[in-house]
Amino acid sequence: MENIEARVKKIVAEQLGVNEAEVKIDSSFVDDLGADSLDTVELVMALEEEFECEIPDEEAEKITTVKQAVDYVTAHLNK
Amino acid sequence: MSKRRVVVTGLGHISPVGNDVSSGWANLLAGKSGITNITRFDASDIACQVAGEVKGFDISQYISPKDARRMDVFIHYGIAAALQAVADSGLDDVADLDKTRVGVNIGSGIGGLPLIEETGVARHEGGIRKIGPFFIPGSLINMVAGHVSILKGYQGPSYGIVSACTTGAHCIGDAARVIQYGDADVMVAGGAEGTISSLAVGGFAAMKALSTRNDDPATASRPWDKGRDGFVMGEGAGVLVLEEYEHAVKRGAKIYAELVGFGMSSDAHHITAPSAEGPARGVLNALRDAGLNPDQVQYVNAHGTSTPLGDANETNALKIAFGDHAKKLVVNSTKSMTGHLLGGAGGVEAIYSILAVHNQVSPPTINLHEQDIEGGCDLDYCANTARDMKIDVAISNSFGFGGTNGTLVFKRV
Repeated sequence: MENIEARVKKIVAEQLGVNEAEVKIDSSFVDDLGADSLDTVELVMALEEEFECEIPDEEAEKITTVKQAVDYVTAHLNK
Repeated sequence: MSKRRVVVTGLGHISPVGNDVSSGWANLLAGKSGITNITRFDASDIACQVAGEVKGFDISQYISPKDARRMDVFIHYGIAAALQAVADSGLDDVADLDKTRVGVNIGSGIGGLPLIEETGVARHEGGIRKIGPFFIPGSLINMVAGHVSILKGYQGPSYGIVSACTTGAHCIGDAARVIQYGDADVMVAGGAEGTISSLAVGGFAAMKALSTRNDDPATASRPWDKGRDGFVMGEGAGVLVLEEYEHAVKRGAKIYAELVGFGMSSDAHHITAPSAEGPARGVLNALRDAGLNPDQVQYVNAHGTSTPLGDANETNALKIAFGDHAKKLVVNSTKSMTGHLLGGAGGVEAIYSILAVHNQVSPPTINLHEQDIEGGCDLDYCANTARDMKIDVAISNSFGFGGTNGTLVFKRV
């Protein structure tokens, strides 16, 4: 779990061009980290790449915070 | 009502001979070639393995790495050259600058071909979901202008003209007319290109348009020389700040030269093979626009790409346009050192023409050791050594596939 969180935070920091220290578990991509709509699409693509999974568009739309990303990945990697 | 006058108050430049104007100009005057073997990708299966690559360029000096990752390299070059030109012009120091009266016209010949190529491969290998959201905005040609307008807050016209290798000249000429017509007081204008990729080099090689002098890259671009065997691709961007004369004088701007004329024409002949009449008409249209006689011109920054047909053809065109005065012109090809920047060529060569006027010197045409007089290349091409000379008026020629021609006329102020 911690490992997943660290990996997600690293990707979020890279994709959104922010320091990893700024990326908290409750950070919102748009409200806290300055992402726009295109950034969030690319972020989901990067998560798919990192965790070798496919996140359907309707699920991707619900991922708006670091925690939601970590929860989604955790749930789907455990299956 | 007389035309509003347009002057050049800022220059910015990324090219195979230097990533700023002063180092690039110094290298040109010293006759240094920017052509090397291709390092960007494995070109070993292409007949042409040489190009004028931009070296040691760091986009993070201009924009954030996050933004930079989301656009193709031609946009990087265009933004960098534009920001250099704006900084050089001193516009940022004008507190009451009316940004609704400042526009941008920077084009590219083929835009984001490397990113299109890369995305095509990703889509082929990984499916439709591998197409990123920044693919389209990262490859669109008008996005150089788009980014510059956003970065600087310029709210006047923002666009980019596309006309193959005449792109840069057309962008600059048209931007000047926007100022003359009264739609803007300042225009940031030029051309950018960044397509040293397998699809682009392979494509031009398939046309047999490129030099295959792979064993000696620095001598591959040799306009008007008997040994010329095709052009050498280059990359980079050249961008000017054009400004209405009174606007520039009022703020005490440094003025490099006046853009006094712009002319266009079409060959209406063939998609790639040139005609002499088309370029000649373009030159004459530009001189008429400038209100100048042919014998008032001293320096020509030629299209001069180092192709067997094109170099002789341009010489003929100059003879048609200038008559006997053609023999008195200095006709110079800086492409002998930079290679052919395609859509960026008109941009950087406008800068070289302006600096020729400003500094009263012609750069050399290097690698011109056996002038092809038998082939009709019998003008003064300023072979191999720069020349101090009186230049009141310089013209810059650009010709593109589709038979599209553009000529800019710069006058000493």
